Amino acid sequence: MIDTLLNIQDLHLKFDLYEGSSHVLNGVNLGIGKGERVAIVGESGCGKSTAVRAILGLLTGRNVNLEGSIRFTGSELINNSDKKLWRDIRSRRISMIFQDPTAALNPVFTIRDQLVNVIRRGSNVKNKRQAIDLARSALKRVAIADPDRILDTYPFQLSGGLAQRVMITMALINKPELVLADEPGSALDVTVQEQTLHLMRDLTEEAGAAVLIITHNLGVVREFAQRVYVMYAGSIVEEATVEDLFNRPKHPYTQALINAVPKLTGGDLPTAIEGVVPDYIRPPKGCRFHTRCPLAEERCRSPQKMINVSRDHRVACFLATEES
Amino acid sequence: MNDKRYLAINDITKHYRVHQTTVKALDGVNLDIRKGDCVGIVGESGSGKTTLAKLLLGVEPATTGSMTFNGIVLPLKRDRSLRKKIQVVQQNPMLTLNPKRTIKQTVGLPLRIYGFNGAKTLTQKVGDLLDTVGLARELMDRYPSALSGGQRQRAALARALAAEPEIIILDEPTSALDVSVQARILSLLKDLQEKFSLTFLFITHDLSVIRNMASSLAVMYRGRIIEAGQTDSIFKAPKHHYTAMLLSSVPVVSLEEQNAKPQWTWTRALFEGEEKYSNGCSFAPRCPSSDEPCWKLVPEEQEFANRHVAKCHHPRSSS
Repeated sequence: MIDTLLNIQDLHLKFDLYEGSSHVLNGVNLGIGKGERVAIVGESGCGKSTAVRAILGLLTGRNVNLEGSIRFTGSELINNSDKKLWRDIRSRRISMIFQDPTAALNPVFTIRDQLVNVIRRGSNVKNKRQAIDLARSALKRVAIADPDRILDTYPFQLSGGLAQRVMITMALINKPELVLADEPGSALDVTVQEQTLHLMRDLTEEAGAAVLIITHNLGVVREFAQRVYVMYAGSIVEEATVEDLFNRPKHPYTQALINAVPKLTGGDLPTAIEGVVPDYIRPPKGCRFHTRCPLAEERCRSPQKMINVSRDHRVACFLATEES
Repeated sequence: MNDKRYLAINDITKHYRVHQTTVKALDGVNLDIRKGDCVGIVGESGSGKTTLAKLLLGVEPATTGSMTFNGIVLPLKRDRSLRKKIQVVQQNPMLTLNPKRTIKQTVGLPLRIYGFNGAKTLTQKVGDLLDTVGLARELMDRYPSALSGGQRQRAALARALAAEPEIIILDEPTSALDVSVQARILSLLKDLQEKFSLTFLFITHDLSVIRNMASSLAVMYRGRIIEAGQTDSIFKAPKHHYTAMLLSSVPVVSLEEQNAKPQWTWTRALFEGEEKYSNGCSFAPRCPSSDEPCWKLVPEEQEFANRHVAKCHHPRSSS
């Protein structure tokens, strides 16, 4: 990375629950460069969405115990109570695209009201008319032919594809430096998902914004991201460029994930991963994947470090270094 | 005339009145399903896939057209012996399993309704069914909330099997599940199909899944089947532009799969056409190859090879 936009170091998150302390994030290290497209991939319940919530400072409450460092262009975000900074970040500098656009848009306001609201908070516009003009031209850029009609509708009147495009518009309209996308479009059809990825790529590239995409769909990772973090049970187990990850996956979990995807070219049924994501109150010791790993050995019960495979490829597995 | 077909859908239409307009959820659907086949039905949401399932199950009446099963016309009101033959497994097991019933109660209900081999007790029979779908017998007395997504879907399958059906309609059975779990459910489905010589109607929008499950395929768009045939044949050389678009949209994990996708370019028309309607081919507003006739005339079905049919004025060449 040349210019680091976001840098997460040794992030630990514990929720104090009645049953005990749930160790959900277990030392996450993650970096995003300016204008870079990065993905976090893993099964549900691996802590992907939680990590993103931590970035936006949405994990508050007495039972939340967050340690480590999240630096966004020089400002430390953990335990930062600077209201002005947070307002600036949440209204303008970091934006979010959600999984289901029809659920994420407010059902009781028109698209016009919602877009204008977002614009007036984060963009430099003088009055409402200017904001509406900006909204109109932004909608045109996501291939909405008659923005005026769309501006007057309520979210439930839109098809999934249109709602998704409105959502993208909303996320990008204030020219954020970082867009967080949590399973974008996966609640919708493949065609809409493909549109979403297309538009997100074009528009973020144009604006020079970085994207952190969270998904369980490896196909989406391959087609959208440049670099990938594979997450399992609250830890990053592998980090690589997209090319390296799909051609030379090192961690048994990454390999298992790739093999679980049904192939468009047919052939055999995919292979499932045995077992389930572990309990976070009493997680397995050492490598958290060892309980499901077909290659697990005794030493896997002791802590693993990230090992450099090549310049941009790191993996948390003993076995990675021992292959020829 | 003696109808030798197994399950046949003959020119079915289904119209809904919504406010002042008529929505044609199904617009002249014809489909033959052979015994023991796994027929995939794919298409975007709103294409009529689930409506078709509802008609087959007798949940709703068709507006026009008929369905026959072993040569007998399927009535809307069916007696038990007919109803048990066609069962369903739906997308979200959290919504389709009654949260106030234990797994034993849920799976046992069809057994009590349709009767079962008297030599065994209900508990034994439910236990057998749970064995069949790979669910531990101990889970019998749990409620759905205590099960994982994959386990719930297995319970839903056990319930469908309890009626000893011939046909199971699978409506997006794995789309609420993680990939790691999905693979296991898919192989279970294949095993069950073989073991009980079941016929599957597999409804999904996931083409990678259907490629590995279905022997034949029907692609639906806005209430019509626009392409149908052997799965292999359609995946190798899609004739309809909509099928090509669907195939090209699938995110894949290898270069080999990437190269197997049809050539397709995303244009603004594809986005903007979503809101437009045509009197001819329903895909005309989004189609890059559409011209005057496409907007005016509904294309006739054309056969290409080995039962591979498509309705398109300008079918794609098979290169």
